[in-house]
Amino acid sequence: MNSKLMTGAQILVQGLMDEGITHVFGYPGGAIMPTYDVIYDAPLTHILTRHEQGAAHAADGYARATGRVGVCIATSGPGATNLVTGLSTAHMDSVPLVAITGQVPASMIGNDSFQGADIYGISIPVTKYNYLVKDVRNLQHTVKEAFYVARTGRKGPVLIDFPKDVQSAKTRLRKIGPVRPPGRPSLTEGHPRQLKAMVAAVKQARRPVIYAGGGLVASEAGPELAEFVALTKIPVTTTLLGKGIFSEMDSLSLGMLGMHGTKYANHAIYESDLLIALGVRFDDRVAGNVKKFAPLAKVVHVDIDPAEIGKRVAVDIPVVGNLKTVLGTLNRMIEATGRKRWIEHIARLKKDLPLAFPDDGKLRPQHIIRTLSDMTRGEILLTTDVGQHQMWAALYYQTVEPRRFITSGGAGTMGFGFPAAIGASVARTDLPVVTLTGDGSFQMCIQELATARMYNLPVKIFIMNNGYLGMVRQWQEIFHDRRYSHTCLSFNPDFCKVAEGYEIPAFRVTEPSEVQRKIDRALNTDGPVLV
Amino acid sequence: MNQEKEEKHILSLMVDNRPGVLSRIVGLFSGRGFNIESLCVAETADADISRITLVTCGDMGVIEQIKKQLNKLINVIKVVDFMDMSFVQRDLALIKVRAKPEHRAEILRITDIFRGRVVDVGSEFYTLEVTGDLEKIDAILGLLKPMGIKEIARTGTIALPREKRK
Repeated sequence: MNSKLMTGAQILVQGLMDEGITHVFGYPGGAIMPTYDVIYDAPLTHILTRHEQGAAHAADGYARATGRVGVCIATSGPGATNLVTGLSTAHMDSVPLVAITGQVPASMIGNDSFQGADIYGISIPVTKYNYLVKDVRNLQHTVKEAFYVARTGRKGPVLIDFPKDVQSAKTRLRKIGPVRPPGRPSLTEGHPRQLKAMVAAVKQARRPVIYAGGGLVASEAGPELAEFVALTKIPVTTTLLGKGIFSEMDSLSLGMLGMHGTKYANHAIYESDLLIALGVRFDDRVAGNVKKFAPLAKVVHVDIDPAEIGKRVAVDIPVVGNLKTVLGTLNRMIEATGRKRWIEHIARLKKDLPLAFPDDGKLRPQHIIRTLSDMTRGEILLTTDVGQHQMWAALYYQTVEPRRFITSGGAGTMGFGFPAAIGASVARTDLPVVTLTGDGSFQMCIQELATARMYNLPVKIFIMNNGYLGMVRQWQEIFHDRRYSHTCLSFNPDFCKVAEGYEIPAFRVTEPSEVQRKIDRALNTDGPVLV
Repeated sequence: MNQEKEEKHILSLMVDNRPGVLSRIVGLFSGRGFNIESLCVAETADADISRITLVTCGDMGVIEQIKKQLNKLINVIKVVDFMDMSFVQRDLALIKVRAKPEHRAEILRITDIFRGRVVDVGSEFYTLEVTGDLEKIDAILGLLKPMGIKEIARTGTIALPREKRK
């Protein structure tokens, strides 16, 4: 193919381009310099964040916004360890990432060298797979395999640890065919007998509910789900990560379920006689007490990962497969049904147990989020941080399409939302990107204001500033006799002045009456803005 | 689904013989709170593949989850649970036992009964080699204990499925 001698760094960057990568997020340092030297004039857009954690979350936001693999780069030692929270966040939510870390020269590994850290060992539990490349001749294959692993089956982050001497070592590119699928190939079709059982169960059910999760988003199964619902008229509740896979403006949408979910979704689950779980993992925030979760229901569970089936809840009809494929097949097998009584009952539940917050003339976060939702009607991409504002956003912000509501679900990583918005904004230049955050969360990655400014990324930052770590405070109120241990952020900076320091326009909303006008102003401000 | 009783399972894993693989497997057990009672690793006839024989315990749900999680690991080629079949198992123990002159004949007799061997003889201690299943090893240890056991090294269980008989 190409007999020219290339360095490891050149092979890596070539590998990224062969995988169709156009954007990388990173932060340079000593042990990754040969790679950065190649990136310097490579046809790749490199986004320089202000912290490696920001780079990992930005790559994650990029991946969630597009469905493509996000790439982040860091140096050895502290650079690499700063990625760990980002990798764990992506791992918990099955987001495809490839992280590249510099490493001290192979001969120095294990000698406690300067900026050396065993990131290979450290990252095993927070990645789907990882590599330490010791021989430049394996690199070409490793890069290809890393992307393959990240994006196939149940997706996830992959790390390549790349010693400095291997970056500089030279070898010739070889012709390599498709990578051998490592491990067992995942089943995608769904077993025909189980699919038949599922069709029969749907036909018999009087009160079925679809419990839809992130697996549907990962497999791009939105159209198939919509068709399945159109045929079967089964109401849909989504998990936090499933938000948007089914339009929340549809009358059959029940919004989010679980501990923080809508009352009507939880009631519907409680009453259901058939629970159709699609790409979900019965997380403890959804099914806290598995014995009391959907107690009357037969359970169908479809997932690409066999280990998720039966992990927390006994399943009556297990189906291992890719959701897009499985739902596509089901749609050809299933008969259209009416289900009038159940739908009427659901409508009644929604009317009797509505989402509600105090309307007392005070500025309420729920009011801000509902106003934002009503004003934008799904036409923006929203990211959130973690805490009360996140749950309010999940409830009050109506998502219409998948990949438009980006949040750290499984890991619950404070500080995720803003850098994720940066990544999403780089990916979706056609969409306004809004990040909803709290005063606690925002300060965990506040340094990325510089990134937003430097690249003039139109990220609209809304900080719900109540001076408290609200979610933890709420738990202290309920479970710890109102002993508010260290949840009051007694000092907060003046966020507007901070923004001003970064040359980012900022203004404050204090009255309910100005919410709509100020949201409008933020959305119409060019570049980044902080509210 | 977790109210069933806990049972001991011997799992045999065929894995890539590469650095880091054992670490992934052990890490999976500690990270998910599974038990390892014993673990034995060595290359197979194919130098690229190692066999790990692992003894764990848990109820059916836990064992099912252990097998599924192991199967997800990229370097795990095959997982076999010997509970599903008939199998042979062995454990090897080296036992250093105090050999006072008045006990020597008894030690040799016990060793003989258990089809063990004396592999090292010192002025005060004999080192014995015994193989067998767990119960057999435990039994000989019980008999030798009164004489004074200085040190023991055990391999942990290894196992293979039995061939079908006509």
